[in-house]
Amino acid sequence: MSEKKFSKKHEWVSLDGDVATVGITKHATEMLGDIVFVEVPDAGKAVEKEGQAAVVESTKAASDVYSPISGEITEGNKAIADDPGSVNTDPEGASWFFKLKIKDKGEYDSLMSKDEYDKFCKENPS
Amino acid sequence: MEVQKTALYNYHKNLGAKFVPFAGYEMPIQYKDGIVKEHISTRTHAGFFDVSHMGQFFLEGDETLIESLEKIIPADLKNLKVNHSKYSFLLNNEGGIIDDLIITRTEKGFCIILNAACKENDIKQISQFLKENHKHLLNNDLSLIALQGPKSVEILEKLIPGVANLKFMTGSNFEYEGENLYVTRSGYTGEDGFEISISNTKVEKLIDYLISNKVKPIGLGARDTLRLEAGLCLYGHDLNEKINPVEANLKWAIAKKRKEVGGFNGWEKIKNLLANGSEKIRVGIKPDGKVIARENTKIFSSDNNEIGFVTSGTFGPSVNAPVAMGYVKSEFSEIGTSIQLEVRGKKYGGKISELPFYKKSYVK
Repeated sequence: MSEKKFSKKHEWVSLDGDVATVGITKHATEMLGDIVFVEVPDAGKAVEKEGQAAVVESTKAASDVYSPISGEITEGNKAIADDPGSVNTDPEGASWFFKLKIKDKGEYDSLMSKDEYDKFCKENPS
Repeated sequence: MEVQKTALYNYHKNLGAKFVPFAGYEMPIQYKDGIVKEHISTRTHAGFFDVSHMGQFFLEGDETLIESLEKIIPADLKNLKVNHSKYSFLLNNEGGIIDDLIITRTEKGFCIILNAACKENDIKQISQFLKENHKHLLNNDLSLIALQGPKSVEILEKLIPGVANLKFMTGSNFEYEGENLYVTRSGYTGEDGFEISISNTKVEKLIDYLISNKVKPIGLGARDTLRLEAGLCLYGHDLNEKINPVEANLKWAIAKKRKEVGGFNGWEKIKNLLANGSEKIRVGIKPDGKVIARENTKIFSSDNNEIGFVTSGTFGPSVNAPVAMGYVKSEFSEIGTSIQLEVRGKKYGGKISELPFYKKSYVK
């Protein structure tokens, strides 16, 4: 598994061959608060880079989760749909959102490193 | 208009509050623990809420004050005993709800607790009916603290002996730190608890005491999940000037005598609605799955006709499921009726549910 890369919309991606795993960052969960609903995409769905791919709702509001990378969904994480609160507990581990078969590794390479992302969060507090 | 702050603003800040603009005030939406923990600690122990943004409106006058107020408030104020409170509303000429409120009879007149966003207009509306010898004051020198939850009585009784004797929707004057304060046994969470009207200069000391008794600060976020589970309306969402008390399923809050005799704004319309029912009515809604049907979600019948809309919807931490309220055509309002909720373009099943979602535990 490759190192995690990060998007400005607070998703993370890791790569294993041509299959990417996508989730939302710890920083995102802290901004959202208690997560109470998750909708993940079904296998076979095509997603575009920065296109809407999943939904996450906290007690406060609903937010879209975007795919930082284009490809075809191979699996949505049903476990988090059944237990949305688990996203708060382990957002960058077991509580990934979906896996997809990517088309262009260049999209992955252009995302932020961990250090770049941390700096981005500091400079863009919300 | 300049953003206003309550006397406890800095105190909230030190407690780690996240603020949002609400009705012209900077108010805490949540503290460090987050909405779910705040909600649960209110239901299992006790929480305090700074509701000082709400209007504390005092009226004094002779017998004619009652006549004046009864023109716009459909409560039986003539027979309201001193220190007793009622939930009621201000009504416009069409019977629409200008605001919902709690009115308490005081020694000299009445105290009305008004919603922050409505209070200025409310006072204008009430003033139309007041006479020269009626005095009124929106008292901004007072804070209002709601203490809610099963441990509230035990904790407050230690500080202010006598509050345990109050019954739900009654109040009394007490002494604290050499000053008078007014406590009612009431609230808006479905829990036993109190609302404490206290001078801005003493409120921090009261909060110090509550915190030393493990009472958690609760923000607007959990206030919303608590009141929704308790089936209580939020003005500007579940109620507005175009909705009347019959549609709002709040006809119980119109005094029996007033229903018969009338004499208040919108009476003709309301009389007719009481006799014939309304076209739409407020109901509780439970989505079948985990999906949250938030405000403005469209409601459809099982055969795909649009029948209404959601006015409040969230996840109910104590119910451990999504809950909502909204308006549907009256023929679809029976408990258990299957409906569909359109969320993000997809229809999800749900049912008309009893209110409250969470059983109230008031001390009567």
